[in-house]
Parts: sequence; C-alpha cells; structure tokens
Amino acid sequence: MEHPPTALQISAAQVESIHSRLKKRPRHSENLIQAALFIAGAISILTTLGILYELGKEALLFFASPEVNLLDFLTGTKWQPSIGQFGVLPLVNATLMTSFIAMLIALPLGLAAAIYLSEYASPRSRKILKPILEILAGVPTVVYGYFALTFMTPLLRAVLGADNVQIYNTLSAGLVMGIMILPLVCSMSEDALSSVPHSLREASFGLGATRLETTLKVVVPAALSGIIAAFILGVSRAVGETMIVAVAAGSGPNFTFNPLQGAETMTGYIARISGGDLAYDTPDYNSIFAIGLLLFLITLGLNILSRRLVARYREVYE
Amino acid sequence: MVTMSMSPNQDYAIEARDLSFYYGSFRAVKNVHLKVVPRQITAIIGPSGCGKSTVLRAFNRMNDFVPTAHIDGSILFHGKNIYDPDVDPVQIRRLIGMVFQKPNPFPKSIYDNIVWGAKINGFRGNQDDLVEETLRKAALWDEVKDNLKKSALALSGGQQQRLCIARALAVQPEIILMDEPCSALDPIATLKIEDLMRELSKTITIIIVTHNMQQAARASDQTAFFTMDEDRAGLMVEFGATQQIFTNPKDKRTEDYITGRFG
Ligand SMILES: Nc1ncnc2c1ncn2[C@@H]1O[C@H](COP(=O)(O)OP(=O)(O)OP(=O)(O)O)[C@@H](O)[C@H]1O
Ligand SMILES: [Mg+2]
Repeated sequence: MEHPPTALQISAAQVESIHSRLKKRPRHSENLIQAALFIAGAISILTTLGILYELGKEALLFFASPEVNLLDFLTGTKWQPSIGQFGVLPLVNATLMTSFIAMLIALPLGLAAAIYLSEYASPRSRKILKPILEILAGVPTVVYGYFALTFMTPLLRAVLGADNVQIYNTLSAGLVMGIMILPLVCSMSEDALSSVPHSLREASFGLGATRLETTLKVVVPAALSGIIAAFILGVSRAVGETMIVAVAAGSGPNFTFNPLQGAETMTGYIARISGGDLAYDTPDYNSIFAIGLLLFLITLGLNILSRRLVARYREVYE
Repeated sequence: MVTMSMSPNQDYAIEARDLSFYYGSFRAVKNVHLKVVPRQITAIIGPSGCGKSTVLRAFNRMNDFVPTAHIDGSILFHGKNIYDPDVDPVQIRRLIGMVFQKPNPFPKSIYDNIVWGAKINGFRGNQDDLVEETLRKAALWDEVKDNLKKSALALSGGQQQRLCIARALAVQPEIILMDEPCSALDPIATLKIEDLMRELSKTITIIIVTHNMQQAARASDQTAFFTMDEDRAGLMVEFGATQQIFTNPKDKRTEDYITGRFG
C-alpha cells in the first residue's frame, strides 16, 4: 500500500518549533487583573458584612437594656424614650405612609412615562428626554426636601386649607418623594421595555394589533420581570429615603394614619438622633441601631420578594 | 371575510402598480408592477439588497413603522389603494398576515399564541376548536396536542415557524406574506413548510420571499425576479409562471441568476 502524499511532510525541526509554540505561557497581567477584580468584590462584601455586624452588635446592646423588650419594641404604639416607651410602630407607620404615597405617584406615572418613551416617542424626542430623566434622578434629595417644605406644603395648605394641613406632614413628603423616585422607576422600566425584541412587536402588528394592544398585551408582559424589579427598587428607595422626610415630614414620633399631620419616619428619627447630642450607650442612642437593623431587614425582604416575583413572572424571550 | 369577486378588474388578490419605495431619499425599489394571482403561491427571488423584503412589507404596510419610508405608486387590494389616507393599516394587516424570517412566537403558551391574534380581532367562537383547527392546518397538531399549555419557546425552530403560520391563520387572512420563512430551518422542516404552503394555497394567497432557488422552483406557481440597477435601486426584471421563469427565462439577467452566474 502506498501512502498518499500529504502536505504534512515536515522536518523534525519544524515539529520542534510547533511544539514550543503550543507550550503553555504564563499570563501575568491576566492573573493580576483577575486578582484585582477578586479583591474589589471581596471588599464590597466584607464591608457589608462589617456594617451588619456593627449594626447587630449595637442593636443587641439596645435589646439587652432593662427598659426594653423585643415584643414591646415591635408592637408598641408609643415611642417616648424619655419615659422608657420604645414602641417602634409610629416610626414604621410613618415610613410606610410616606413610601405608600410616594409609590402611588411614582409607579403609575413612571410606568406610563416609560411606555411613552419606549413605544410612542420618536427616536429624536427619546434622545432628548432620556438624559433629562437621568439628570433628574441625580438631583440631591435635600433639594427635594426643601422643595417639599417650601413649595408642596404651601400648595397643599392653599388647596386643602391651612387649618387642616400641618406645616410638617407626611403627604407633602410622600408626594415629593414620589417625584424624586419617578425618574428611577421610569428609566429602569424603559430599559426593560426597550429590551423586548423588536420581532415580538412585529409579530403583534402583523396580526393586526394596534399599538396600544401591542404595548399592553405583548411588550409589557414580556418586560414584566424588569418592570417589577424597577418597582421594588423604587419601594426600597422610598423606605430608605432620609433627607426629604427629615426636612418635611416632621420631627416627632406620631402614630397617625392622617397624612396631613406630621410624623417621624424611621430614617428621619435615625438622622435626628445621630445628629443630636445624646450620650453614647444610652438606650435612646442605641435604639437607632435597632431601627437601622429593622430597616435593613425590611429592604432585604423587599429584595428577596422582588427576586421571587421576577423569577415567577419571567416571560422568557429567546 | 370579504369574498374575492372575479370581475375582470379584480382578477388579482393584490396588485402593485408602478410602486417605488423610498427610505429617506434613497430609492430602494423602483417602478414595480406585480399582479398576484389569488390562491396561488408567488415567489419573489433576487440578490440580497434588491428590495424583496421592502416590496413584501409594502403589501401589508409593515413599513409604516420606518419613519423615513414612503412610497410612490399604489397597491390595489380589492380595487382599493391601501395607501389611501382613509385606509386603516391595522385592518389591512388583519386581512394580509405575515410570517417572518426568524420564528417569533410570543413568550406565552402554544395555546395563547394561537388565540391571541384571534381575540384582538374580535373572535367570539370556541377557542379550543380554533386552536385545534389552525394547528391541524399548520401540520403541527399531532406534535403539540398534549402540550398546548407549554411555552411556545420550548418548541424547535421548525415547530415555532409552523406555530407562527398557525397564529397567522387563526386571524383568517386572505393573503399571507412570508419573508424567507425557512432560512433558519433544516431541509426536512423546510419541506414540511413547503407542503403546508401548497395545502394552504387552496384557500389562501401566499407571497413568499426566498433565497432558495429550489424552493422557488418547487413550491411556487408564479415567480418574480428582482435585481438592482447601478444606484442600488431594486427593480423587477421578470415575472411569470414559475415553470417558464426557470426553464425559459426571457431576460439574460434572470437566466444568469437562476443558473448561478450572478455577480
Ligand atoms: N429600515 C431601513 N432603512 C433604510 N434603508 C433600508 C431599510 N430597510 C432596508 N433598507 C435598504 O433597502 C434596500 C432593500 O432592502 P431589503 O431588505 O428590501 O432587501 P432584500 O432584497 O430583502 O435583501 P435580503 O435578501 O438580504 O433580505 C437595501 O439597500 C437596504 O439597505
Ligand atoms: Mg430580506
């Protein structure tokens, strides 16, 4: 049998050179970058753990003090540290009220604006509007706080009557907080909507759907997981927001469901106490860590919830 | 559904008259005259970029979504120019459906994919019957009948494309436009779709864009050959019975293209 001629008839020296080219090479810069990235990741995780540890330690100090017990803390409706009353509900209630009012504004308007931008606006107006939105999202919240106090509150008092609306009230703070969160919700929802593949819209139009039908019955459902994520992030922002409520919602715990009255939120209370001159290691002072921990748990819960919802409503495309 | 009348001036399911198509100032297609015979399969072939998709999408005003696009000339559907200002493009798309190059089922169940279009078109009948009937027409029923609630995205590419055809059928269009419906499919799935088209053409008019010469030769009754001029504007070179175009083309350019001597 004769071997067919092949193109691979090469000398031993050439084989040698090929083998040396196949040798594994150390890639120092690659390893270095990988290490740097790992360190960056580790630092962020470690600091978070550190904060949590510190929070937990101080909160334990608070719960260890004789005048405090956990059940009264969680169910009490009076927060008056001076007379040993540590019921956190007035603060939680104020936080929930301002957040709820804020979401009442931010969710529908944010989603509507996102739908407009993604489905209806011409490419030109989208190019102009989207950056404006992102700038709005960057306005410092203290500015919004004074906007609430010097514009929204007088407006509410003019409309609803000065006798009915206190100078500090949760409605004004909540409304302005909604305006503050709106760009965030809008921008994230818009991202979710515009990442729905164009081919789905074409499929819908090709079946004789109108633009509204396409938007509401194809695009929004396909983007639902992203929209829910935007909503939950908005709620987390509202729950954790401090400056607006510290400036405009009032500085005194007040267990009320009337949004026209002042009431201090959890964040507002923390800001006030940590800025004041209370002695360290008193239960009053340590209470802010307990409240901080509670706040952290609420936000954590919201995040877990959002992951669940996102996984559940995911309409996967491609 | 409007019934096709056979009066002399309506012998065609749809007709492009002196159609020119512009994207901004770029003329993508010029002076096309194309008469589509009802209940037949008309293939549009030609080199890439010669405006096949553009012409196809002009037939159900899918180009309305391109802001810079506009047309000259007219497209007559039952004697009415569909680009007249008083025509509702949504109604046009209900009567002239479309199947796209890449299968694009909705991220919903197989069942909901079928029912969706029918429902927005005011379908009041029995949905289960509709689903079975259209899936049978699309030769998909036997493969999916036990999994109707499963996500359409779990189907294979060929099954997805047949689902898209079924979805289009559920709206009961008079014409279905197909833009390279088999280009993402293997030969067996392709043959299935071709058989299906043949079956459907008993009741529906089909216009198909394809890059596959054999497909055009095998599966169509009429063939239109497009090419481009020096300005990259697409034009129709020849249009006639598929048999004649492939065995006895009148134009040298057609002959060169179908025998693979193009470019
Ligand atoms: N949305 C658009 N905006 C601007 N120009 C476009 C647009 N769509 C298509 N064109 C241009 O119009 C011409 C025809 O395009 P068309 O998609 O109709 O070609 P085709 O024959 O379908 O090509 P292919 O076989 O590659 O799909 C091309 O020159 C293309 O660049
Ligand atoms: Mg094309």
